[in-house]
Amino acid sequence: MVDFRFPSRFAGALVVFATTGLLVGCGPDAVSGPPPLAESAPKVINGYADVVFATYTDALEGANAIDTTLGALVTNPSDTTLGAARTTWLEARNAYGQSEAFRFYGGPIDDDDGPEGRINAWPMDESYVDYVDADPAAGIINDSMTYPTIDGPLLTSLNEKDGEKNISTGYHAIEFLLWGQDKNASGPGARPFTDYVVGAGGTASNQQRRGDYLLATGKLLIADLKPVADEWADGGAYRASFVQLAPEEALRRILLGIGSLSGAELAGERMQVAYDTKEQEDEHSCFSDNTIADILNNARGIQNVYLGKYKDLDVPGLDELVRERDAALDKRMQEELSASIAAIEAIPAPFDQAILGDDSSEGRMRVDAAIKALRKQTTTIVEIATLLGISLNIEE
Amino acid sequence: MHGPRSWANGIVALALVGCTAEVPAQNAGLEAEPGEEFAGGETTVFDTSPNAFSLSARNMTSERRSTFFVGNSFFKENWVIAPASTEGRDGLGPLYNARSCSGCHLLDGRGSPPEDAAEPLVSVLVRLSVPGQTEHGGPAPEPTYGGQLQPRAIPGVVPEGDAFVSYEEQPATFPDGAPYSLRRPTYSFALNRGDMQADTMRSPRVAPQMIGLGLLEAIPEADILAAADPDDADEDGISGKANKVWDSAAGKVVLGRFGWKANQPNLAEQTAGAFLGDIGISTSLFPAQECTAAQLDCAAAPDGGNPECSDHILHAVTFYSTTLAVPARRDWQDQDVLSGKKLFNEAGCAKCHTPVHKTGTFEGYPELSNQTIRPYTDMLLHDMGDELADGRPDFDADGREWRTPPLWGIGLLEVVNGHTNLMHDGRARGIVEAIMWHGGEGEASREAFRVMSLEQRQSLVRFVESL
Repeated sequence: MVDFRFPSRFAGALVVFATTGLLVGCGPDAVSGPPPLAESAPKVINGYADVVFATYTDALEGANAIDTTLGALVTNPSDTTLGAARTTWLEARNAYGQSEAFRFYGGPIDDDDGPEGRINAWPMDESYVDYVDADPAAGIINDSMTYPTIDGPLLTSLNEKDGEKNISTGYHAIEFLLWGQDKNASGPGARPFTDYVVGAGGTASNQQRRGDYLLATGKLLIADLKPVADEWADGGAYRASFVQLAPEEALRRILLGIGSLSGAELAGERMQVAYDTKEQEDEHSCFSDNTIADILNNARGIQNVYLGKYKDLDVPGLDELVRERDAALDKRMQEELSASIAAIEAIPAPFDQAILGDDSSEGRMRVDAAIKALRKQTTTIVEIATLLGISLNIEE
Repeated sequence: MHGPRSWANGIVALALVGCTAEVPAQNAGLEAEPGEEFAGGETTVFDTSPNAFSLSARNMTSERRSTFFVGNSFFKENWVIAPASTEGRDGLGPLYNARSCSGCHLLDGRGSPPEDAAEPLVSVLVRLSVPGQTEHGGPAPEPTYGGQLQPRAIPGVVPEGDAFVSYEEQPATFPDGAPYSLRRPTYSFALNRGDMQADTMRSPRVAPQMIGLGLLEAIPEADILAAADPDDADEDGISGKANKVWDSAAGKVVLGRFGWKANQPNLAEQTAGAFLGDIGISTSLFPAQECTAAQLDCAAAPDGGNPECSDHILHAVTFYSTTLAVPARRDWQDQDVLSGKKLFNEAGCAKCHTPVHKTGTFEGYPELSNQTIRPYTDMLLHDMGDELADGRPDFDADGREWRTPPLWGIGLLEVVNGHTNLMHDGRARGIVEAIMWHGGEGEASREAFRVMSLEQRQSLVRFVESL
């Protein structure tokens, strides 16, 4: 919106900014090697849109698969149908986790009315939804007086009830309804399938309403993801405007997405916070113990964007732009992205146990190492922005 | 004590000249002060995006940013109803205004009253009190509803009720014929626990933006007190009074710095107070829920541990609130903006909206220490006239006094929060209306603005928007 201009007498300040990666002065005219961004960036920007669309398409497919298995569970509750629903949920998390690299710049997923809060918000307000350990009558499910009918419109309205997001929908609501509270040190929550058995053999109360809730959240997840995928499809509105942006702006958004996820969100919010509090359940997927996979998928999503790769898709990535300007920086970025993934993979599962103990425990040292690796790569992402003449304000 | 402070010599001298009508709005050749754009000193962040209020002090080390991350998480994420698996984040309520700090300070920004009279206030809370004082000199809480209206409650507890605002338009014109309009608010309540005591005083308060708070805490107390002139000894029509408030941690009366009436001594107490009052989260500083004797359901509700928010987390959230960076000025060299700045000083605005301070040594916060900052506040209370009076005393602040709010970041409110509603209750729809609401000690400056030419008024507003 505003163009910052630095007169010569602020040259000293400018140097300070450049060295701390806050602001970049040098334009592409300063060097005579690599082609200008206007020439080489469009294929990277288009490639990014392809990666985004493919990832959301998978996420949507995963939501559809969840919906199908939830239907089977509610129609015919058994260990088998509950197990299938859990497996489908875990698999569906992979694509969505990788899609989180496309957040943090006000795109379709998280602009002013974006659905991110309904899809993936946490911590889950479990007693707002269903019974908990000390309160068997808690939640919307067990309150048939206030909420006689449980359906999508009701849950949508409850989302905005307090003028802010009530976390009663999305992946983690489904997770809670499939696993229940995690009271086990060694494994995830253990909700019995009988919570969905209506009549003889049923456990807890309001099994029918619990089933209605589960089905409604499944449908909402699809309804929330579908428009996001559509915006990024070939001919989708956001994609059309995105690829028309000035290359510096499109690249700024791309870098802001991966830089914010890498630093403030993943290393900070999702790992440092749990490491710091040692709260066993202060973790992303706290009912299913899927947190390490969540973290890994986030890190892979960042790598996907940088390399322009997703599954079979292989398009021009940021690596090309960096390589033609500073091959050593590209090499370092690629090594750091791999190192972060390796550091996350080295965390012993489950995450809620890895964070416990004193700072010399194996788990905490591994978590700490992964945090440090992610923060290191975040600093390199800022360096890359600087190289491309882009100002990136993020938490390193 | 009453003379110009050395660091502000030029500005104060300008302000004292005061020949408003003779100054042309366009005055080519005006120069910005060196470093003027660095509103928050070395903490300053150059960002004009919706995240502009959400970034850490730029001069903070990477190691210290870990605490910022933790604080950010507990500021942003919702607290949940106890008992819950997320044991570190449970204990919401029993009564509350919001589920998270960010529920009102959206994107670390400013709250706003609803436009629709049928919609309840959310990010504007209503403080309540009855005549008299607590043992420490604070306002006495309303017997049934306590010190603030809490519209929300966890299941099984009766929420206190909602507040609503409607407006009456008051059209007016500047002497040059340009129209403007002020909207006068009227508040109504839908209460769930019976009537309030008949003489209850109610004061709506907007959630302010979070930027630069630590820098304000780092301004030396002596500097603030030196600028105070409670009896207007220099007869310039401006008093400036320091509030004296109770510091619960220290157990003594100290200078008040934060809140619309400077009723909070420091950010640690402000944070703990907001946790308890706004979210219903207890801390070691304020271990008991504020359930009044009439609220038995509140007292009987489950808690999320004692305290619900550990000292460790309280420290992290306080650290976060203390170290949010201030965005840089925009267009600070623009001739029109510089003209506006000159007019701002000449109209006397800078007498209360003090442009420059130098922070002292702030123990535990090296990044905030010894910084030259430009907050545009004197941190003092001023009589703002009948129109803005809430009639509700708060420690030494009387019912007509408000603390000068800092102006830094004001021009980015729209991009961060999508509105430009200003003043303590959000009644002003932008800078012009905010100026025109100024009465009492602000009246002379308001009049100076009112009689300016359209071009001059626009320049002054452009200057304020550049902050």
